[in-house]
Amino acid sequence: MRDLSFHRGERLIFDRVNLDIPQGKVTAIMGPSGTGKTTLLQLISGQLRPEAGRVEVDGICVHALQRQELYQLRQRMGMLFQSGALFTDLSVFENVAFPLREHTRLPETLIRTLVLMKLEAVGLRGARDLMPAQLSGGMARRVALARAIALDPQMILYDEPFAGQDPISMAVLVKLIRTLNDALGLTSIIVSHDVKETAAIADYLYLISAGRVVEHGTPQELDCSASPWVDQFMHAHPDGPMSFHYPAPPYAADLLGETPA
Amino acid sequence: MTAWLTGIGGFVLHNLTRLGRANLFLLRLLGALRFLFRRPGLLIKQLYVVGVLSLPIILVSGLFVGMVLGLQGYANLVDFGATSSLGTVVALSLIREMGPVLTALLYAGRAGSALTAEIGLMKATEQLASMQMMAVDPFERVLAPRFLAGCLAVPILTGIFTAVGILGGYLVAVVQLGVDGGAFWAQMQAKVELFADVGNGVLIKSAVFGLLANWVALFEGYEALPTAEGVSLATTRTVVITSLAVLGWDFLLTALMFGVW
Repeated sequence: MRDLSFHRGERLIFDRVNLDIPQGKVTAIMGPSGTGKTTLLQLISGQLRPEAGRVEVDGICVHALQRQELYQLRQRMGMLFQSGALFTDLSVFENVAFPLREHTRLPETLIRTLVLMKLEAVGLRGARDLMPAQLSGGMARRVALARAIALDPQMILYDEPFAGQDPISMAVLVKLIRTLNDALGLTSIIVSHDVKETAAIADYLYLISAGRVVEHGTPQELDCSASPWVDQFMHAHPDGPMSFHYPAPPYAADLLGETPA
Repeated sequence: MTAWLTGIGGFVLHNLTRLGRANLFLLRLLGALRFLFRRPGLLIKQLYVVGVLSLPIILVSGLFVGMVLGLQGYANLVDFGATSSLGTVVALSLIREMGPVLTALLYAGRAGSALTAEIGLMKATEQLASMQMMAVDPFERVLAPRFLAGCLAVPILTGIFTAVGILGGYLVAVVQLGVDGGAFWAQMQAKVELFADVGNGVLIKSAVFGLLANWVALFEGYEALPTAEGVSLATTRTVVITSLAVLGWDFLLTALMFGVW
């Protein structure tokens, strides 16, 4: 990713950002809420186009592709959405079978075998007949993960995989992401602000804030970084260089109604 | 004064942009229809959802509209001793106007709003985005089958509405009020033209209305803001815009088809 810039409305989301994602590793991109981490994944997967700079996947410039070529590239990418984004009108089994049915002409018995293998990998083979509405948040995310790996992609993008999970399903997901990455030889990109869980499985971390890469390195390097900002983020101090307050006019003047509208 | 002018300008520009986007949307939708040759099953499922499931409301409304037409026509014609042309009055009003217009309005309320809500929610829950990430084009897989099914369903529903309406008129006029049954059918047969009346009204008008209703419904759903409020606004807009568009186009088409200038 080279010199990437992107605006949303008036707001500058990325200002000439450079990132390298090594193959076969788990790379995490972390930062406070609202720094455009999800936007970054959308740029990598070609759902959005950057205003300047390039995004390359495997040497292919993503945003220069026609729709057909982009779709071919995406068959080699999986993405896990924050909500899971399961199709609510299909059962768990059919959700995982969906990419297989759309992109292959495999016989039904083979599809069944493949789907059950993927579901077994995430531990939900027994839940195959449930509908998405009957699943807990953590289970839905695991089904979505099984669906994302259905076509054996080379790369998986995780959008906030740990957000809003109880400790157990969090631990399950952490373990799954790491083992799937190693077992299937994937390249994983995790976008998250759950420092502890992410640092535990990532090979390399990027911290972004206010449109820039603030710091990058292995989890150990970042853990003892000298930068006060990195220290605040990694160890979750409530106040520090990142202020607790959203930018506002002086408090007393605001209360007395003296601020210009 | 300037603020007022800016307001008007902004309103016009906003709506022109939206109209332009709606037209591009329709072009892409028409292009995606080819996909249905490969997957006719998707079309059949949607024909059931928008067509067959709309039957109850169409049957009941058609029957009652026809019965009311029979009553009103009788009350007016009996003064002139012209009740023998009641069949013509009922049939022509239904075939030329009431059938196509009321079917389109009922369809917008029953199926159009449901389409908007469904597409809007699929977008809000990232189902459309996740489909794109699985290299499946939602225009082909989700929108095209619904669009074609709707465009086929509306003319068929109009035909059914009209036929049931004529039966309703017959029930009231002949069975209830004692109009001569032979005259009822014979006058109708003599005065109703196959191409000028049935072709223009039941076929062409309803085809135009069907296109409008489904185009608006899918576009509003696809463009809906991905929030609860956005989807509810879009659903309302679908019904309002479809109703106004159908009534406006009905006047234009009537002027072209049956106009006296």
